[in-house]
Amino acid sequence: MSEWQPKILAILCNWCSYAGADLAGVSRMQYPPNVRVVRIPCSGRVDPLMILKGLQSGFDGVLVSGCHPGDCHYISGNFVARRRFAVLKPLLEFVGVEPDRVQFSWISAGEGERFAQVVTKVTEDIRKIGPAKRLVKGA
Amino acid sequence: MSRITLESKPSDGVRELLRHLLDKGKVSAVLAPRRLDDEGSLDLGFITDRSELDSIDPFAPVMIANTAQVLSMITPSSSKIAVVLKPCELRGFVERVKREQGTLDNILTISCTCGGVFPLQKAVDGITGGMTANYYSDLSSEKIHAEIRETCKACEHFIPINSDVTVSLVGEKDLDENCQIYLNSKSASELLEGLGGEIDKKEYDPAISAGLMKKRLAEKERLFNSVFPGKGGIDAVIEIFGKCVGCHGCSRVCPICYCVSCDFESMNFDSDIAYYEKELSQKGALRLPPDTMLFHIGRMIHMSFSCVGCGLCSDVCPADIPVASVFKRTGDKTASIFDYIPGRDLEEAIPVMVFKEEEFSRFVDE
Ligand code: SF4
Ligand code: SF4
Ligand code: FES
Repeated sequence: MSEWQPKILAILCNWCSYAGADLAGVSRMQYPPNVRVVRIPCSGRVDPLMILKGLQSGFDGVLVSGCHPGDCHYISGNFVARRRFAVLKPLLEFVGVEPDRVQFSWISAGEGERFAQVVTKVTEDIRKIGPAKRLVKGA
Repeated sequence: MSRITLESKPSDGVRELLRHLLDKGKVSAVLAPRRLDDEGSLDLGFITDRSELDSIDPFAPVMIANTAQVLSMITPSSSKIAVVLKPCELRGFVERVKREQGTLDNILTISCTCGGVFPLQKAVDGITGGMTANYYSDLSSEKIHAEIRETCKACEHFIPINSDVTVSLVGEKDLDENCQIYLNSKSASELLEGLGGEIDKKEYDPAISAGLMKKRLAEKERLFNSVFPGKGGIDAVIEIFGKCVGCHGCSRVCPICYCVSCDFESMNFDSDIAYYEKELSQKGALRLPPDTMLFHIGRMIHMSFSCVGCGLCSDVCPADIPVASVFKRTGDKTASIFDYIPGRDLEEAIPVMVFKEEEFSRFVDE
């Protein structure tokens, strides 16, 4: 049987991080094939519920990425997102989801290499933690 | 500000105060708990007829409905209304006002240092009547009454924050013939001019109820350490909420959950048979209704930092899940990140609606 591969949901802001991922692609940089990308208009659009829903539907980890502070296309979406993450993180601990399963980072459109590095790191972190436990009794 | 001392039971004192307000035309209506019989049936009465005031039981130790929710229905009001409510209901309403679900304009808030309330079931069974004798003697001696709700036993906000009027009950030795009414705002002083009684320039002194505070804080710690069974984590969460029948009653009664169309009841959570078939092909078995666990964790994310620990969610849960204890504990955690106390101050912004440019860098890989 083949080795278990973590499945990771990457929620990327359209203006920076998604473009960063694109740059990594066109520059033919190597990074693990474990991420499934969802493009969103801005990290401020992310309801932490999406992250949980991701974990609930079988992803082993979630990466959310938006523009660096000061670069958000909508001025402050990423600051608002950061506040929501601040609420989410301790709650994840409460419900027993390992903190490293959910990660946030700022990646700009020019940072193709950083995108590849972040994805590599997140994939390795989650590989170490192992498959996600379901949020359901007996399932 | 000032204090009025009346030579009467506090409940008689408050009825007198309400009568004064109605008779003198200082308020047009009163919203307060009302007794319907001698056993313990109550409702929340909205009253303009002074003869109805006799049935008002201002400190009835039950939460019949959340006054914070009701206030959203009747504000903004074009004329002044006096409202008798528990400290947590007042904080709940402040949280609602922050969410533009009502206003404190034209509202005179009357609250008391609170000894907690009995589980709603006891009122439904009509048995609170027999318990209240004990209840008032426990107030005097600053004891935690054995039968009140878990979250009330662990509530450290029993002194009203920013009420116009505070009636002192906890730690008052003579609740048979002595009613201490603290006037905390200019509007309270104006409206209650001419009420009579003895007036002096005293403010409420928390030392009066410091004994109960100590016990409540100890109880809070005990509750927080015991609310998650075993080692906590995902198994504990599943054990607690595994019994949930998905009725969403807990969010319906919550003063903070004001959304008319709750996300969890929206199309976002509607799945068709094709979805279930796909899930089943992967997992072989599913639990229905789906997403009960996600509902609770999602609610924690959306509102826990504003939970005022009013306890109504536990009161209504048909599966006897200690919802309020869990939310009080998780809320304590999420609110403390922002140094936030729900309902403390109308000017204090809801934590997720504001930000600083430099903060929380520890949560983000920069
Ligand atoms: S009231 Fe109880 S059964 Fe109903 S949704 Fe809430 S926790 Fe579940
Ligand atoms: S979550 Fe429960 S205890 Fe907290 S405010 Fe809502 S109804 Fe009250
Ligand atoms: S547009 Fe990228 S985070 Fe707002």
